[in-house]
Amino acid sequence: MIDTDQVRKVARLARLQLTEAEEQQFTGQLNSILEYVRQLDELDTEDVLPTTRAIEVSNITRLDQLEVFVNREDILNSAPDREDDFFKVPKIMGGEE
Amino acid sequence: MSAIRELHRQLTSKERSAVEIAQAQLDQAQAVEPKLKSFVSLTAEKALAQAQAVDAKIAAGEDIGQLAGIPIAIKDNLCTKGIRTTCSSKMLENFVPPYESTVTGRLDEAGAVFIGKTNLDEFAMGGSTENSAFQTTCNPWDITRVPGGSSGGSAAAVAGGQSPVSLGSDTGGSIRQPASFCGIVGMKPTYGLVSRFGLVAFASSLDQIGPFGRTVEDTAILLEAIAGHDPKDATSLKVKIPNYTQFLKKDTKQPLKGRTIGIIKETFGEGLDTQVGDAVNAAIEQLKSLGAAVKTISCSKFDYGVSAYYIIAPCEASANLARYDGVRYGLRVQESEAPNLLSMYNKTRAEGFGDEVKRRIMIGTYALSAGYYDAFYLKAQKVRTLIKQDFDNAFKEVDVLVSPTVPTTAFKAGEKDDPLSMYLLDLMTIPVNMAGLPGMSVPCGFDTDGMPIGLQLVSNVLREDLLFEVGHAYEQSTNWHQQQPKL
Repeated sequence: MIDTDQVRKVARLARLQLTEAEEQQFTGQLNSILEYVRQLDELDTEDVLPTTRAIEVSNITRLDQLEVFVNREDILNSAPDREDDFFKVPKIMGGEE
Repeated sequence: MSAIRELHRQLTSKERSAVEIAQAQLDQAQAVEPKLKSFVSLTAEKALAQAQAVDAKIAAGEDIGQLAGIPIAIKDNLCTKGIRTTCSSKMLENFVPPYESTVTGRLDEAGAVFIGKTNLDEFAMGGSTENSAFQTTCNPWDITRVPGGSSGGSAAAVAGGQSPVSLGSDTGGSIRQPASFCGIVGMKPTYGLVSRFGLVAFASSLDQIGPFGRTVEDTAILLEAIAGHDPKDATSLKVKIPNYTQFLKKDTKQPLKGRTIGIIKETFGEGLDTQVGDAVNAAIEQLKSLGAAVKTISCSKFDYGVSAYYIIAPCEASANLARYDGVRYGLRVQESEAPNLLSMYNKTRAEGFGDEVKRRIMIGTYALSAGYYDAFYLKAQKVRTLIKQDFDNAFKEVDVLVSPTVPTTAFKAGEKDDPLSMYLLDLMTIPVNMAGLPGMSVPCGFDTDGMPIGLQLVSNVLREDLLFEVGHAYEQSTNWHQQQPKL
């Protein structure tokens, strides 16, 4: 059902760098899990509507109003790297990979 | 006897001060901690400050609420402002939330005393706490066994006397299963009854916060304090919260007269440990003797719950956990290892997440990827509808459904190395989350190894009153809840 190439592709989509051993391990485990959940195909769901939330609530609105968050510095200080009022990240272009 | 009520009596009669209670509880927690490893952090400083505030109120002659001065342990996936909140993950090992979750905010306001933050399976994914990045919590009844999970630390802390009550979260059974394994009461409220604001998200359509206690009454008191509408959670229900303790009947002869209990037929099938089955059957006989009528109910789609869940929950998790990217908070690998943004993402997430979290992100990403959506996610959501319909039909005939909480008692640490065999333990708890219903596990016996067995009670949406009524009536007619592990 799912081979190592697909596992690599999914890992790329999920932004997870897997080791070769992990790729092998996940290929086996994902297969047994996906095989198990195929059990659902036994059920005819042709005319069944999907449930997206456990309890239906709708039209939840609030005023579109700004609120000042008082601990702004705490948020900025949580960042692994900051410069002034910005979150700092490694360069987007270039580097290897 | 309710631990909360007894401590409240000691405080109001000035038998003990809140600081004395807090200090004694902290000492006790610390003394047992090397054996149990229930806590990621003990928060003595916070606890004593909260207790002092309560004592000041008492000294000033003010009335204190029922939770004032009551020690509580909090699962470490609930954000506590200024107190490290790790989700038992390397990703959040040093994360200190700049805000307070709604539930801990309400408890703080009510004067509760935070003993510490409890261990869990990383990001609440697992059933044993073995997926914690820091430690595996031990079951107080046999420290070679797991306490269950994911809220294993919160359950072990209460069972092991480290805290009178605690909070957990339940996505597929993460409160009820450890409650069953540890021989205490654990309850998952109706989806939306308790605000999820500040609960670190795992699977948002399923996650719900709930209480642990040694007695049903303690969970009723605690639920009342944390339930209620919160504008910060769009799925929070606008309902009036009743005084839940009014549903605990004093009559001990026929307290369940007029109630109909349904046995979920499908939960007595293959894979059920015979000792667990026997204990649950004996509990059902007990419910009859308390006046309840009992009938067998079929929920034919029940057995498909695990399959639907292990698509829906990982899909939602893969989206929710996309936020851990090493930019705004949490772990980031060294710049020397990651020369550009993409490699920083990939390596940070590889290093920060453990195996089970990676596995679920992978399943979810796969199931949601182009070409697979209909076959997996949409199919699972449709099956979710069928599971709900089964419950809707059942509740036309009965007030409360009963089943074992878990097919087995607590297993040995390291025993289950295959992820799927672990997932199958959630067989009986998962459908309840899928339908958003309230569920409770109450102790109903022990196996020959001395390990606790749990009885699961399930009621219709917002009928927590029935769980408290039936759970309390059953509990008061037994002495399971009075037994304590020797540590």
